[in-house]
Amino acid sequence: MRPVAIAAAGKTPFGAFPGRDLRSLVVEAGEKCLKNGHVSPSQVEAFYLGNFAGPSFVGQNHLAPFVSTALGIRDVPSTRFEAACASSGSAFFHAFSAVASGLYDCVLVAGVEKMTSQPTARVTEILAGAGDCSGEIKAGSTFPSLFAMIARRHMYQFGTTLEHLAAVAVKNHANGVLNPDAHMRKVITMEQALTARPVAEPLHLYDCSLISDGAAAVLLMPAERARDFTNKPVRILGVAQASDFVALDHKQDITTFPAVRRAAQKAYEMAGVGPKDIQFAELHDCFTIAEIVALEDLGFVERGAGGPFEASGATARTGEKPINASGGLKSKGHPVGATGVAQLCDLVAQIRCEAGDMQLKRNSLGLAQNLGGSGATCVVTILGNA
Amino acid sequence: MIGTIYTETVVYLAPEAFAADVPYQVAIVTLQDGTRVTGRVLGERVTIDDRVEQVELRDGIPYFRRVA
Repeated sequence: MRPVAIAAAGKTPFGAFPGRDLRSLVVEAGEKCLKNGHVSPSQVEAFYLGNFAGPSFVGQNHLAPFVSTALGIRDVPSTRFEAACASSGSAFFHAFSAVASGLYDCVLVAGVEKMTSQPTARVTEILAGAGDCSGEIKAGSTFPSLFAMIARRHMYQFGTTLEHLAAVAVKNHANGVLNPDAHMRKVITMEQALTARPVAEPLHLYDCSLISDGAAAVLLMPAERARDFTNKPVRILGVAQASDFVALDHKQDITTFPAVRRAAQKAYEMAGVGPKDIQFAELHDCFTIAEIVALEDLGFVERGAGGPFEASGATARTGEKPINASGGLKSKGHPVGATGVAQLCDLVAQIRCEAGDMQLKRNSLGLAQNLGGSGATCVVTILGNA
Repeated sequence: MIGTIYTETVVYLAPEAFAADVPYQVAIVTLQDGTRVTGRVLGERVTIDDRVEQVELRDGIPYFRRVA
């Protein structure tokens, strides 16, 4: 395997954009990325698209060539990857593998979701398709309810509290205020979080991420070649994808995600670093409990210690381990197919010192964790200075 | 069939197919043979470790009720 770098990144703001269609979102993110890398569409040798449910949300299949041709990328392989909320993380992992193996020298990876054209009940139904539709979903489970059951069990086994969950929401909303591209730039208080209406007990409105439109893109090249296009290449030091059961009731212990543990272990080994070395991270906070479990599965804290760690302020911008300085899925927004690559764009901006008001001081080694469904897919990526 | 509540939630926001049932309780139940299933809870709300018995099977989905 040869070293691979991210040569360029670009994304749209996240939000509800009634006048924008799916294709225009990818085109905006892709064009920003190519421009950032001083690369023309004809130089792109393959296009990898992460998208969860375009066919359900907007009625369009065959999405990868549908959008790549609009970007001016012709003739070359153009493929869509679907792994629920880890769709673009998975697209990125496979694009990395192709560049690392020597197959391609210039690959564009994008992620997109256009969700807000559907009413919330229909969005809930489409998202439920990432669960086991022959069992848990047929019984009336929704995605918030699957994570609610994880939260209940985590509370029972480790004493995690509603205040611990709310601390994640309050922190990520505070971070999102500093992000000009965030969907919901709004400070919330602990009391607001705790008294919001229930979605699936014990999760309330502010425990849940947002329904958003948006797209993100990164350009991959062999590390040596990337230097010809940018003076700020960002090295992909480690990346791994792992899988587990789709159905929550098939898992031995729902308070931990084995796919996260396996992907993290492989990514740490590849990068030659450990959890203590990671300076900052973008974690998949689709629900507040998911960020707490991720802290534990990534080895940032011991099992069961995620809640108190959040409440201590350690994960704040000024804390020892800043988590989701972008605002996370909670405040930045969660256009599901775009999220994995968007997390990488956020890491790239930090490492390049281009994160504006979000800029962190310790910014040379960052980790992104992208989770699909209730843990059936996970992609962990470690980026650093080239 | 008798089982124990492994985890549970009460759903307030549901897809259209289940909208008429809101709020309803969903639980993962550990059955006596150790296997787990996801089902609905009828009647009295349950919490983790409560004992339940299956009272119905509708469209392959078990419905449970609390037992003393």
